[in-house]
Amino acid sequence: MSVHPVSAVSDLEEIYDLLVVGAGPAGLSAATAAAECGLSVLLCDDNGSPGGQIYRGITEASAATKSRLGKDYAAGEGIVTRFLASSASYAARASVWSIAPHEPETGEASGLEAGVSLAGAARLIRARRAILATGALERPFPIPGWTLPGVMTAGSAQIAMKTAGLVPSGRTVIAGTGPLLYLLASQLIGAGASVIAVIDTTPNGNKRRALAHAIDFVRSAYGLKGARLLAQVHRHVRVIRNVTALEAAGNGGLSEVVVTHRGGTERLPTDLLLLHQGIVPNLNLSLASGCASGWNERQATFTPTVDEWCQTSMPDIGIAGDAGGIIGAEGSALHGTLAGLAAAWRLGRLSERERDERAAPVRAILRSALRGRPFIDELFRPSDDFRIPANPETIVCRCEEVTAGAIRATMPLGVRGPNQMKAYLRCGMGPCQGRLCGLTVTEIIAQERGVAPGEVGYYNVRTPIKPVTLKELAALPQSDSAIKAVAGIVEKPVSANHPQSHV
Amino acid sequence: MFRRLPDRQGDLVTFTFDGTPLTALMGDTVAAALLAAGVTRFRTTPVSGAERGPYCMMGVCFECLVSINGRGNRQACLTTVEEGMQVETQHGAATYSTEISA
Repeated sequence: MSVHPVSAVSDLEEIYDLLVVGAGPAGLSAATAAAECGLSVLLCDDNGSPGGQIYRGITEASAATKSRLGKDYAAGEGIVTRFLASSASYAARASVWSIAPHEPETGEASGLEAGVSLAGAARLIRARRAILATGALERPFPIPGWTLPGVMTAGSAQIAMKTAGLVPSGRTVIAGTGPLLYLLASQLIGAGASVIAVIDTTPNGNKRRALAHAIDFVRSAYGLKGARLLAQVHRHVRVIRNVTALEAAGNGGLSEVVVTHRGGTERLPTDLLLLHQGIVPNLNLSLASGCASGWNERQATFTPTVDEWCQTSMPDIGIAGDAGGIIGAEGSALHGTLAGLAAAWRLGRLSERERDERAAPVRAILRSALRGRPFIDELFRPSDDFRIPANPETIVCRCEEVTAGAIRATMPLGVRGPNQMKAYLRCGMGPCQGRLCGLTVTEIIAQERGVAPGEVGYYNVRTPIKPVTLKELAALPQSDSAIKAVAGIVEKPVSANHPQSHV
Repeated sequence: MFRRLPDRQGDLVTFTFDGTPLTALMGDTVAAALLAAGVTRFRTTPVSGAERGPYCMMGVCFECLVSINGRGNRQACLTTVEEGMQVETQHGAATYSTEISA
C-alpha cells in the first residue's frame, strides 16, 4: 500500500471519512493511524512535501543536511515513511480555506463540507470528520523596525536551511527567547554562519517560576539537550542578557540592531536579525470552523478547547498537535495517533476497547514526552515588554501598518475588543488575517482595560482563511437557491457532479 | 544575506526577477531562490510604500508577495520556482487586467 497522490481538485473524491489538515508530525500520524484502521483519509497540506515545518524537506534531505540538523530532525523520517506507506490520499500544495457542517438543502445535515484549493482551482468536498493539525507559528515579536527587509524569524532561517541549504552570509544577530533560539544558534554556527550575538530576552523572573517544575524537566529529554545547546552557543558567541529594549534600525532595510541591557545601549551593525519568542497555535482554521477556545495564561495565547480524545466543541472536528496548544514535535506525533484512533472509534471502525488498547502505550509515551513542558513554558514565557509594545510607534499590524499607539487611541472611543477596534483601523484585516497581530492586539486591549485577555477575546476569524481568487469561487458549483437568491432565476442546471454542494 | 551551502547541489533553473536573469536550484521556492540571489526586497506596501521582504517563509505572514508570470499577490515562499518564470517586485496593491478570459 502507498499513499494516493492528489494533484488536481478533479482528482478528489466527493466524500472522505476523514479530512486531515496539515502534514506535520500530528497530521501525518493522525492520517496514518486512521488509514490503518480502514478509514478513507484525505490529507491536505500547504507545502510541496510532507513533514510540516519541523521536518520540512525531510524527504529530500541529504546526509549532510540531516547531520547538520541533528537527530531530532532525522526522527521525522520514520513518521513520513509510515504515512507514505499508508492508504491515505495526499494533496500537497493544497490549501483548506473553510470547514463547516455540511447542510444539504434537503435531508439531514451530516458531516462536514470543506473548501480546498489546489493548482489554481477550488472545490468543495465532504468529509464525515476532520482533524485540524495546522501546527504552530512563531509568536508575533513587535519591536520597532521588525518590518524592515533583513528582519526575519528564526524559524524562517531554519526553513531556508532545511529546504534550500541556505545559511546567513552576513553579520547575523539572533534575538528573543525559547528553546528554538539556542538550537538555531548552534545549527547556524555549525553551518558556518557568522552569528555576532545572541540577544536573550528571557525575563529573569521566569527562572523562579520555572523552578517548581525543575525536577520533571531534569528527568525529561529536554534537560540534557538544553544544557548542551547552551554550553555550545556560549563557547562561540557573545550572549547578551538582561535586555530591556530591542530595536531594528535602518533606512528601507536593516542596518543595525539597537539593544538596551544592564550595561547601557549598544548599536550592533547587522545584516540579518532573526527574531523568535516561542511558538503559538495556528488558530485561524479552528476559529473559523467554530471551535471554542480559551486564554491559556501559561502559554500566553488562546488555545482551542480539546478533550483527551482530541475532540473540539464542534461535533465532527478534532484537533491534534501544536494546533491545540504547544506540545512539541514528539508530543504532536503521539497526539496525532490518538486523534486518528479517536476518529476511527467515532466512525465505528474501532470499539471503545480497541481504541483504549491501542491508545494506552501511546499515552504512556506522551506523558513522558510532555514531562518537561511546564518548565519550558514557564522558563521561556516572553516578557510583557516584548509581547505588549509600550512604544506607540511600534507597528503591530504589519499588513495595514497599524501602530500600538493607534490601537491604544481607540480605547477612549469605547472599544472593548479586537473586532470593534478593527472597524476603526483595518488592523488585522490584511492578507495575513491577523496571524501576526492577533495576540498582540488582544493583550494591548486587555492591558488598557485592565482585564484578562480571555475577557477581551480574539478576532472573529472567518472563511476563507486563505486568499481564494474570485475565479476559483465563481467556478464552484452553486445550489439552485443560491443562484436564485442572486440572479432571481435559475437559468441552467448546476454542475451534475456536485448536486448537493452549497456555498 | 544568505549563501548556499556547498554540499547543496542539483539541477539549475533559470528565471528572471524584474527582467534580470537569475539561477536557482530545482525545487527551490521562489522566496529561497531570490534570497540565494541576494534579493531582500520583494514588494512595497499598499499603505505607505515601505519595502518588505520575506519574514516567516512558511506562508503565514504574506510579506513575500510578488508577481509571477503577470499574476500578483503570489506567496513566493509557497511557490516552487520554474524554468522561465517571470518574477517581479509587487509595487503596492496587486493590479489586475480587466480583460475577461474564458
